[in-house]
Amino acid sequence: MMFVKKAMGTVCAAVMTVLVGQSPMPVQAADTVKIGSVLSLTGGAATLGDPELKTLQMYVEEANKTGGLLGRRIELVHYDDGSEPAKANGLIKRLLEDDKVDMLIGGTTTGASMAIYPLVEKAKIPFISLAGATVIAEPAKTWMFKISHHDRMVGEKVMADMKARGITSIGMLSDTSGYGQSARKEMQAVAQRLGVTIAVDETFNTKDTDVTAQLAKMKNNPAVKAIFVVSFGQGAIVATKNIAQLGITLPHYQAHGSASKEYIRLAGAAAEGVRLPAPALMVAAELPDNDPQKQISLDYAAAYEARYKTDLSPFGAYTRDAFFLWADAVKRAGGFDKAKVRDAIESTKGLAGTCGIVTMSAGDHLGLDVSAFKLVTVKNGAFVLAD
Amino acid sequence: MSSELLQFILSGVTLGATYTLAALGFSMIYNASGVINFAQGEFIMVGGMAASFLTAAGVPLPLACVLGVMVAGVIGWLIERFAIAPARDAEVASIIIITIGVSMIVRGFTEILLGKGAYALPHFSGEAPIALAGATILPQSLWVLAVCALIVAGLGLFFGRTRIGKGVLATSYNRLAAQLVGVDVRKVLTLSFVLSAAIGAVGGVLVTPIATVSFDTGVMLGLKGFVAATLGGLGSGPGAVFGGLFLGLIEALTAGYISSSYKDAVPFVLVFIVLVLRPQGLLGAKPTDRI
Amino acid sequence: MTSLFLNSRWPGLALLTVVVMALPAILPNAFYVDVAIRIAILAINGIALNLLMGYTGQISLGHAGFFGLGAYGSAVLTSHFGVPALLALLASAAFTAVIAYGVGRVILRLRGHYLAMATLGLGIIVSIVLTNEAAWTGGPDGMAVDGFTLFGFTPSGERQWYWVFAVLLVGTVVLAQNLIDSPAGRALQALHGSETAAAVAGISVRQRKIAVFVLSATVSAVLGSLTAHYSGYVNPGLAGFLQSVELVIIVVLGGMASIYGSVFGAVIMGVLPQVLAGYEGWDSVAFGVIMAAAMIFLPRGVVPSLTAWLRSPNRRRGEGAAC
Repeated sequence: MMFVKKAMGTVCAAVMTVLVGQSPMPVQAADTVKIGSVLSLTGGAATLGDPELKTLQMYVEEANKTGGLLGRRIELVHYDDGSEPAKANGLIKRLLEDDKVDMLIGGTTTGASMAIYPLVEKAKIPFISLAGATVIAEPAKTWMFKISHHDRMVGEKVMADMKARGITSIGMLSDTSGYGQSARKEMQAVAQRLGVTIAVDETFNTKDTDVTAQLAKMKNNPAVKAIFVVSFGQGAIVATKNIAQLGITLPHYQAHGSASKEYIRLAGAAAEGVRLPAPALMVAAELPDNDPQKQISLDYAAAYEARYKTDLSPFGAYTRDAFFLWADAVKRAGGFDKAKVRDAIESTKGLAGTCGIVTMSAGDHLGLDVSAFKLVTVKNGAFVLAD
Repeated sequence: MSSELLQFILSGVTLGATYTLAALGFSMIYNASGVINFAQGEFIMVGGMAASFLTAAGVPLPLACVLGVMVAGVIGWLIERFAIAPARDAEVASIIIITIGVSMIVRGFTEILLGKGAYALPHFSGEAPIALAGATILPQSLWVLAVCALIVAGLGLFFGRTRIGKGVLATSYNRLAAQLVGVDVRKVLTLSFVLSAAIGAVGGVLVTPIATVSFDTGVMLGLKGFVAATLGGLGSGPGAVFGGLFLGLIEALTAGYISSSYKDAVPFVLVFIVLVLRPQGLLGAKPTDRI
Repeated sequence: MTSLFLNSRWPGLALLTVVVMALPAILPNAFYVDVAIRIAILAINGIALNLLMGYTGQISLGHAGFFGLGAYGSAVLTSHFGVPALLALLASAAFTAVIAYGVGRVILRLRGHYLAMATLGLGIIVSIVLTNEAAWTGGPDGMAVDGFTLFGFTPSGERQWYWVFAVLLVGTVVLAQNLIDSPAGRALQALHGSETAAAVAGISVRQRKIAVFVLSATVSAVLGSLTAHYSGYVNPGLAGFLQSVELVIIVVLGGMASIYGSVFGAVIMGVLPQVLAGYEGWDSVAFGVIMAAAMIFLPRGVVPSLTAWLRSPNRRRGEGAAC
């Protein structure tokens, strides 16, 4: 009896030590400021979350090497939500209650960002979401900001180009991930508004190894004058390869998720001629020298590729912009007070980043318009401006 | 036959060949040990990842492929030696958990070593599609089909003609009796793990040029392999071939004619129906119950 | 003393109650309370599954599907139809029970791996439907769920919800113990031993199995409903394969047919991810090693192996020598 009680006591104590020991009691060192981040580092959105974390880590370290921010060391606390929004909702409690972070950057997926937001609002802490759906910033939510272009803008950019080339009837292939499903709805709305008919509307799973069945339907439907693939990562690559395999010569559009060198490297020759909207970063070398986005984009690309020996991705670029959006706001606010930083982010004006030039307002928590996208095409294994 | 239908069939058969290779691995291990190896999908992934990594590192493609398959074979051996053999007498649920645990270890190490990015291999015989009555097929798909057929034929010879192959079969029918007539049951177990790991990895290597590979590719392929093996009848070689091809065709036809959103549900609905009507699978032998 | 403790059900229950009552005083902030709540949720789900797995020997790799049906039932009914939360909970539970009955009648004839496959399929089908019917369920991104009001009381914040789940946990333990000690429960245990023997002894094997399957599914559905209201968010991952596997791990790690084993398993599975958070890749490896090692070295599960060790005469002799 005694033994069991003692054993249970030891177990309880061990559990507590493990829990508490893992995350030290919130004794805030005065000279540290904490960024909290919940990202999707495993699961379906891992291809997005991975460059996001790498970028954050890179800039936090770099800032600390040069004395931190306003003289305070930056500490990054990050957790993986496994691409499960409900899990993000639990992890954010840890960041807020236990790690006592001063700022949130993260929410790889729209689901995670939306699942987090009620707690963010309650805690009154500024939060820059990295996810893509329009709902994150429309209507503007007091404590949440958005850094990546709306999915809607992807549709607007692509379909404007289609119409300019006289294409009004297309086949759309979107994936069934959270991104694919919400983007698909937005594309349908944009298509209707711009007078583009989606003659064949098919879906696929991002883990599928073959989508020729869906594409064959588009190939054999004479109403399909172009194919628009709304996906990212491996899904987009498989679709691209299958389009080439079927010998489809129709114009082929991708969403901005494919604007990474990995896409070109893995899709190979099949990627030639593909048109897609991309942040300025991807064609930085082509920009005129006086373009404010040029130098920072080249710097980011050089730093990231040198450090991680891996391909540049737009999702990392968004994260870079989020970090500097915050850093800029902190400098203007003159400190880390949450409400003041929030106000400062909201009053950001003309801040150039790798993905656009941000001007926020109370009603606009994205601060970008469709002109932030460049329409690019793949030529000789590289992205070049399409026009 | 419309060219559209032909395209669906070609795509279904290619998919099916991949599922077949996964299903064969399941069946072989099930036969030798009565274990459902939930790490089977990871062999496919390891084969593809290792070969891609080596190719990227400058190793010639054929050598990289062989090495990729060998890496998977060694992992298969390690799993049998250190995770399955010590748990001989555990219950079904416990062994399932062990294999799931092993799959997490393999996946985790791959992620740590090779990162989360996607990898691809060059196509073995170029990327120019072959036209066929209005439909097309990639040379790589022909590779998948041909090698799959070779493996099936090879396994047939192995189990039907060689002493050790017959030993494996004998063990699957009755372990004790096999032991009594002089079959080295331990060796049979090791062999079946190494062999199914290698077969899975061959599938991974063959399909990577078409489908690309990343550390988490194995999960879905493993599940589909399990479905295919169950459809055909667990432990039945012809069943695995039939189940794999059937599953691939059904998926392609569902995506083509019914709903691409629900094509992933179809295999599971199907396996449900088959199990209810014919619990031993479509080609499986009627199970006998031991009391 | 030891055997008295081990053989009676009251000390265990008392200990659990004391721990549950004392925890809020020790836990420093809402995050820890949240972890405790999530452990309770895992424990209740584990016990529900253990009734099925441990006492009838039926494996299920799709149990999270039922949890998901409850969670989404409540989410959809309250958000889209304005149904009061309690009514939504009851309706989802009833719906899940009907589904479980229908499915159970058909698949519980299967054995071993075939049953594993069928239940696995069931869970995956549920999560595919939840993923694809985005108009109702919000798709893979999930949907928000409102609070829960019962008799004018709306639990808000972790500390109030804690008591809801604490009561539910203790209640489930009592319910499970009563069930196991009842004649029906003894019949259940007989099933695991040998179905044929149970049938010969006049126990309707099939009906008992179905009854447990339905009960187990319904408990998980109710829990799913409450969890949805608590976390305020649901997504299809709740019903996914990984979640089902996690429940099986809880049952088998803690010990098949051991109620406190499931509680123990839940503590491990609830705490471990928090400890390993921030070490992606390594967390997967560590989980895998723990799972495989536990099954190899403690095949009967941690709690039964431990109690067997405590009961073994060898140990007593050793204890005496040490004194």
